[in-house]
Amino acid sequence: MRVRKQPPGVDPKHLIKDAAKLLPQSSRRRFLRGATSVGALTFLTGCDILDSPSAEHALRVVSKFNDWVQAQMFQPHKLAPTYPESAVTKPFPFNAYYSEDEAPEVDGETYKLEIAGLVGNKQSWTLDQLYQLPQEKQITRHICVEGWSAIGSWTGARLSDFLTRIGADLTAKYVYFICAEGYSNTIDMPTALHPQTQMTFRFADEILPRKYGYPMKIRIPTKLGFKNPKHVVAMVVTNEDRGGYWEDQGYNWFSGS
Amino acid sequence: MSAQAFDVVTLTGPASQVVHPIWVRVTHWINALAMIFMIGSGWTIYNASPLFPFVFPVGIGNWLAGALLVHFAAMWVLAVNGLVYLTLGIATGRFRRKLFPIRPSDVARDLVAALSGQLSHEDLSVYNAVQRLLYLGVILAGIVAVLSGLSIWKPVQVQELTALFGGYDAARYVHFFAMTAIVGFLVIHILLALIVPKSLRAMVIGR
Repeated sequence: MRVRKQPPGVDPKHLIKDAAKLLPQSSRRRFLRGATSVGALTFLTGCDILDSPSAEHALRVVSKFNDWVQAQMFQPHKLAPTYPESAVTKPFPFNAYYSEDEAPEVDGETYKLEIAGLVGNKQSWTLDQLYQLPQEKQITRHICVEGWSAIGSWTGARLSDFLTRIGADLTAKYVYFICAEGYSNTIDMPTALHPQTQMTFRFADEILPRKYGYPMKIRIPTKLGFKNPKHVVAMVVTNEDRGGYWEDQGYNWFSGS
Repeated sequence: MSAQAFDVVTLTGPASQVVHPIWVRVTHWINALAMIFMIGSGWTIYNASPLFPFVFPVGIGNWLAGALLVHFAAMWVLAVNGLVYLTLGIATGRFRRKLFPIRPSDVARDLVAALSGQLSHEDLSVYNAVQRLLYLGVILAGIVAVLSGLSIWKPVQVQELTALFGGYDAARYVHFFAMTAIVGFLVIHILLALIVPKSLRAMVIGR
């Protein structure tokens, strides 16, 4: 499942199909299995009423409702607080579902960002081409779904500029990201167009290290850390919610800050 | 005839008065349930990234995602029910009548009486000064818990509120201490309800 090197010239359609295979529909639908099971209510009643399918369903419905509430609360022009250089957390924590030495190794020479979906120009982008994009730096707080936070310095191109440049349908509902090792995220278009949502190429003024997502991560300071995909190799503009690695396992889909 | 006389006697006695109107009882028990789910799931969430060198041995939801789903579902029950309670408490004048005034000298007197077991619970409709202080305190702790929770959940969208708590990281501590205050209250509250069972009865049937 872990892809050490990104094969050159991968067809995005196949990539998407592969990613979909990794996340079969049936398993998505059972994402809550075990989420609240045995032990859940032991200190209350000794029974596990939360484990019942109807409780799972109810929690899923409320989580969907919370997606909607968060979309309503989202202010397209409200910026995440920014900080001075001195506030950057050192060392910035590494966090992933794999250990640091297992982080995907992507070859920058052969790397290509594949573009698919509702866009005018589906031509793929080499790293050199991406580096030519106008870039800006942000020092913002990364907040993990676990609760901890850390301040980082990220430099890259505005995703909204890029989407405009490639002629993306900005009225589409979602942007879907696929990562080198199979991780994925779907985000809402308003968040994709937020001025601080960034295609990140540098961390703390250095080329984005492997552990932080070389060669490109998507930095979204208005979303929790797990909605900031690393090692992004494909971007799909779509009207279909394709879920994501953690989202499919029960984490709230919108997960906005 | 005798039954009627009995009714007259009980109706005029202190136990016959409605101590807690129906809206107090309903919101109390909904709140109790919501609090159990919020605190239980909150402990599991805490354990994912502890603020202090300990984790909770029990909790609701056996992994982070499940606990978060429970927390963000129960929050609606807690918030809506809490708003109904606060609105009615203010609008009906119940808070003003029951919780005020709170004089430090009364609190000191009643605290000494309570600890020496000499506090009267004859009339459940009148709160002693210690009760007033604790009930007001837990209402405030609940409000702080909700507001600090909101500022942790939405530190960008409601960043002004988050800043009021001293920023995201500080708001987590505030949220934790609000929970601690509520749990501390619960320990005393449940203990006293067991010592004075008629207070529990009053919260169920009203008198």
